[in-house]
Amino acid sequence: MPASPPPSRPRIPGSGLAKGLAVTLRTMTRKTVTAQYPDVQPELPPRSRGVIALFEENCTVCMLCARECPDWCIYIDSHKETVPATTPGGRERSRNVLDRFAIDFSLCMYCGICIEVCPFDALFWSPEFEYAETDILELTHERDKLREWMWTVPEPPALDPGAEEPKEIAAARKTAEKLEAQRAQEAQQNQKEAEGEE
Amino acid sequence: MNDVLDVALRLVIVFAVFMVLPLVVGQTEHKVMAHMQGRLGPMYAGGFHGWAQLVADGVKFAQKEDVVPAGADRRIFQLAPAVALLPYLLVLVAVPIGPGEGAVGQVVDAGIFFVLAVMGVGVLGSLMAGWASANKFSLLGGLRTAAQLLAYELPMLLAAASVAMAAGTVSLPGILDAFEWWWLPWQIVGALVFFVAGLAELQRPPFDMPVADSEIIFGAYTEYTGLRFALFLLAEYAGIVVLCGLTTVLFLGGWHGPFGADGLGWVWTLLKTAVLAFVVIWLRVTYPRLREDQLQKLAWTTLIPLALAQIALTGIVKVAIS
Repeated sequence: MPASPPPSRPRIPGSGLAKGLAVTLRTMTRKTVTAQYPDVQPELPPRSRGVIALFEENCTVCMLCARECPDWCIYIDSHKETVPATTPGGRERSRNVLDRFAIDFSLCMYCGICIEVCPFDALFWSPEFEYAETDILELTHERDKLREWMWTVPEPPALDPGAEEPKEIAAARKTAEKLEAQRAQEAQQNQKEAEGEE
Repeated sequence: MNDVLDVALRLVIVFAVFMVLPLVVGQTEHKVMAHMQGRLGPMYAGGFHGWAQLVADGVKFAQKEDVVPAGADRRIFQLAPAVALLPYLLVLVAVPIGPGEGAVGQVVDAGIFFVLAVMGVGVLGSLMAGWASANKFSLLGGLRTAAQLLAYELPMLLAAASVAMAAGTVSLPGILDAFEWWWLPWQIVGALVFFVAGLAELQRPPFDMPVADSEIIFGAYTEYTGLRFALFLLAEYAGIVVLCGLTTVLFLGGWHGPFGADGLGWVWTLLKTAVLAFVVIWLRVTYPRLREDQLQKLAWTTLIPLALAQIALTGIVKVAIS
């Protein structure tokens, strides 16, 4: 049941009309909300989904992005190369080399799944959005262009105070600490040996 | 020879005012309306805050094809914009802008009669356009215009008659000469009635039922393109200037001001007219369109009784002070 109307006060005739006039006049004195876009660039939030940039140095051609893409707009070509053994008598390794990486932005729906699934941090969101074309075919952007957009990717936003340490930093720190401990132990041993000789 | 020069000069000045002021009002409307809606309005044309937007619009209209529909009554159709626009030019000739004979295009003894009669002719332009277009929406718009003219001409005349009674003359400069500051509260009801009825006669929102674009496209102007359409638009803005000028002269004391009435009378007239024009724009932005029956109701049950009451009040006060 709708709430009963509040007790009506004696209304001054025309007060509604005056209220309307006041609203428009007040709005006129306030700052407008118009964005003067081509003249003034918009201030985009840090996680804006403008375009997908490729950091191709990190790409291992695992094809996860292309397979997870809901509308199949990522095209990847690659070939295998053998890398000679690094140590004498070692085994030769094979390595994937990226030949083509293209995203068709006329199909892309900016869901960001490719970026989520990339296990090697090769795909990033960039806030760059001014890449309109007059021909739909030109919206398929190749790796050079995608790599160029990498320069427009902003730094990741700072962590909250008291947040958990990022995993990669934790791993790096652990390794560094282990190395340090090992070195200290060796140094101690050396010292002991030296003392024993005396 | 000197007389000819004098007349020519006056006509040129009146014509210049007629061409410039409506554009100024139009530009002001662009900007004021935009800011009242939280927008910026035109920003590009002319470079500085889009000051030349209406010039650009004019150029655009001039480039467009002038189409006359096949079924239209050709001559009437083509004549209508002129009939809508020219009366306002004629009215402007008789509006005094400052004290003395030098500040009015032509002193007309029966000023109020002339002005109101000629303003009524302006509405005829819309009527002709609506009839001659051979289009049902245009016809509807034209008929609504006619209904509106009938309803609102009466309160307008009555309100003006009240001022004429107060001044004891129907000449516009004569009314201004007789003006005293206390006429302002005395004639305030008449002023409101006159202004509202004038708005309705100009078909300005919230009284724009005849051109209600969401239901009958653009009323009587539906079939018009190019320059003729631009003339109709210009007529609307010229109408605003004329209505505000007339309200200023009849009810707000024209060139009378708290100070400087001798040399700066015309500044007072222009200032008051500008403020009224702003109010016209303000009302347009604020209020939604009145329905056709609401329009008629407002005229017949509110404005006309108010105007009659004003006349009675004017008569009583006039008798009391004489």
